[in-house]
Amino acid sequence: MPSLWIRHARVIDPAAKRDAVGDLFITDGKFVASLSAAARKRARQIDARGLVACPGLVDIHVHFREPGQTHKETIATGTRAAAAGGFTTVVCMPNTSPVADNTGTIQLIKDVVARDAVVRVFPTGCITVGMKGQSLAPIGSLKRAGVVAITDDGECVQSNDLMRRAVEYAKMFDLPVMDHCQDYSMTQGAVMNEGVMSTRLGLRGWPNAAEDLIVARNVILAEYTGAHIHLQHISSKFAVDVIRRAKTRGARITAEATPHHIALTDDALATYDPNLKMNPPLRTEEDRQAIIAGLRDGTIDIIATDHAPHTDYEKDKEFDFAPNGILGLETALAVTLDVLGRQHRFKLPFILDLMTRRPARLLHLAGGTLEVGAEADVCLFDPAEKWTYDAKAGFSKSNNSPWTGQTLTGRVKTTLVGGRVVFDHGKITVP
Amino acid sequence: MPWTRRHLLTIEQLSLDEIEQIHATARAFKRALQRSVRKVPALRGKTIVNLFLEPSTRTRMAFEMAAKRLSADVISFDAASSSATKGETLRDMAENLQALQADMIVIRHAAAGSPLYLSRILDIPVVNAGDGAHEHPTQGLLDTFTMKEHLGSLRGRKVVILGDILFSRVARSNIHALTKMGAAVTLVGPATLVPHWFTAMGVKVSHDLRGALADAEVVMLLRIQHERQAAGHFPSLGEYTSMFGLNKTRASWLNPKAIIMHPGPINRGVEIDSELADGERSVILEQVANGIAVRMAVLYLCAGGQPENVT
Amino acid sequence: MAASKTIGSKEIQAAIARLAAAISARHRSPGALLLLGIANGGIELACRLARLTGARAGVLDISFHRDDLARRPIPKERAPTHIPADVSDATVILVDDVLYSGRTVKAALDELFDHGRPTKVELAVLVDRGCRRLPFTADYAGLSLPTAEDENVVVLLDSTSATRDRIQVRPADAPAEAKGRRLSRSP
Repeated sequence: MPSLWIRHARVIDPAAKRDAVGDLFITDGKFVASLSAAARKRARQIDARGLVACPGLVDIHVHFREPGQTHKETIATGTRAAAAGGFTTVVCMPNTSPVADNTGTIQLIKDVVARDAVVRVFPTGCITVGMKGQSLAPIGSLKRAGVVAITDDGECVQSNDLMRRAVEYAKMFDLPVMDHCQDYSMTQGAVMNEGVMSTRLGLRGWPNAAEDLIVARNVILAEYTGAHIHLQHISSKFAVDVIRRAKTRGARITAEATPHHIALTDDALATYDPNLKMNPPLRTEEDRQAIIAGLRDGTIDIIATDHAPHTDYEKDKEFDFAPNGILGLETALAVTLDVLGRQHRFKLPFILDLMTRRPARLLHLAGGTLEVGAEADVCLFDPAEKWTYDAKAGFSKSNNSPWTGQTLTGRVKTTLVGGRVVFDHGKITVP
Repeated sequence: MPWTRRHLLTIEQLSLDEIEQIHATARAFKRALQRSVRKVPALRGKTIVNLFLEPSTRTRMAFEMAAKRLSADVISFDAASSSATKGETLRDMAENLQALQADMIVIRHAAAGSPLYLSRILDIPVVNAGDGAHEHPTQGLLDTFTMKEHLGSLRGRKVVILGDILFSRVARSNIHALTKMGAAVTLVGPATLVPHWFTAMGVKVSHDLRGALADAEVVMLLRIQHERQAAGHFPSLGEYTSMFGLNKTRASWLNPKAIIMHPGPINRGVEIDSELADGERSVILEQVANGIAVRMAVLYLCAGGQPENVT
Repeated sequence: MAASKTIGSKEIQAAIARLAAAISARHRSPGALLLLGIANGGIELACRLARLTGARAGVLDISFHRDDLARRPIPKERAPTHIPADVSDATVILVDDVLYSGRTVKAALDELFDHGRPTKVELAVLVDRGCRRLPFTADYAGLSLPTAEDENVVVLLDSTSATRDRIQVRPADAPAEAKGRRLSRSP
């Protein structure tokens, strides 16, 4: 494979605090400090004038639906959507069919990844058998099979005692436990945030308190056991405050926020659009601002998409009956740049840190860096290009995005995984 | 402004002017119903489908009666016989009805927002006959129509809505209609069934029955559902009645000319004392009768709505 | 396209007088006669004819008998049907300002028959503008103004002052004048 020479890019590497116009050199799939004059002549050149070159984006929260729900998404289509969104590493959730609570399913996923994936995919395993919240899954064997974390995502372990045992047990393997924070006793039949809008629309409300309670529970268990608990898709203002205080005490708590929770509020639900239905739900402006403040001061560690594909016929229903979840991979960068960059004046290297180095480090993954010697995973994007997103024209198998038809700013041009161009100017470039 | 709307989905989206036009048209139909021929040919040759995906007797009968008084043909689907139980989606069901050349759909559904959803799929008028806990616009229109018959203008009138507001589409439609018409609305009931969020809709929320009923000119009672007790929204029907039931003593706190309303079906002895329900201040049966004229007005106006006017 | 044309009060008063005279000539006992103005345009004319002939005036609202539902917006205000006596076995004269296609007359007959079975029905109009689409002829016509289909005929009968009465014939796309005064009061 010839060497690669990315020229004249604004190179941003949050890990190395680098932000300057310059070049990147890649040989044998890894970053190198420079190329010899002879190698430069032979190298494939990419003119990245006007583009940002950053580490390939890392998303530790995606649903690729394989095995079992491949009508919604597959590892092949999901990783192509990831590549189109600038992501080079993704972590997929275990709520497949069957769920990933056994080493056989993990091995199956790894086999399909080896065959079909165009970006790096790491699996997670379940916390409990069948994600039923009743008995622990074989966490040690799952770790040995290759999971990078355990989670019952989509479900939340309701028993405090079982959760305590799970995090204690997982701590042995230094395996983070990721939790979807929801007290089910408070959210029976709930389909959206509880508040003025749910009252107006006559839809059942999902109160912040149901998230706050489990966030607090997890903080208590993390401190009690010393285990690392990662809180998925935080949506509530009070939860942000609980996490902030836990971190000042040194608790091993981390947290993520999704692009949709920082971009949208429940006011948007007046249309009863099922593409705005997700769990946790869109909340109020106050919550949205608190999450953004949490990202600013480090209370919330990272951005993760919760990319959750569903087919048109599954989503095209009465709001009450539509499944939760929306696509995220192909719009995440543009939406995050818009909210954190344009609206809230976050510096670009900081935004990219939330989507590269930090999520990689959170789950002890390689990637998220442009350092010499590292695997050459790169995202090249034009921060100023305006484009109109259409989920139907995207790479995901599903179309359930609220951003279809909207003009977004910031577009991924080229994605490299291990020095190989996998996405370039709107096309997937590998078989 | 002439009437151009094709669908009646919510009262929230209606202007005061439109509410008044529906009321004026309902008055004309009410007069027509007093003739020897209690039927007008306005919708002759049109087929109206009552798509009732949630059990309902009185609303469905009122819509059927209204459609027949307008000379329309009516087909009623009810929950038990419909294919909803066979897993057919609402979209497929609605598209089938349109393919069968229905001219208009009246929908009752447990899912809030489903009439709006239908109106986007179909190019025939859609009338909401109750969607979940969202709205029941014809009930709000007939309730305010009945109030106007007794009180004249509702501007500044003190109206109390008492009971399970949280799960009530009737309450929401009345709140929108009454606030647009200038009435002063107070919602009363246990805090678990009357959350403070409602104040954002321009009404007062109170848990003090005496203070709220004092000098009120209308008290509207809502049915208390036994299921809410199981879900922990209040301790027992007995406790509800003792705290919030309308009895003679409490009725004496009302304005002497006050009227008592209830959308039905009534739980006698729970939310209202049986004698009061039959008493001279009760307008419960007038509500039922006015329901025909108001629904005739809604069907007639929406049938005459302009195709290019989408909402 | 034809230019606008206006007919003034004097000519209108003469036409109304002719109508009243013709009605009186044919009906010797005006007390048994019902003059029903078709809402809204015929109401004021019916009132005036009633005053001149001694007959009783009423109103017919034809809204529910329109055959053009969904073709044009439903107007907000229309005076309700008001018939001062039993229609059955009565002699009724339908009164309207303009006779055009005949559809309004057909709707008025439908509305009238919902109220009973009159012995005889006649039709009186202030202006017969031609262009008939249904087989109706006026028994009494004040003025005959042959017009084209792309013209509008607007009759303004002022219930407070007859000197302000006017009839305008103008191209269909001309701006309307004196809007709202056409709504004459019901008796």
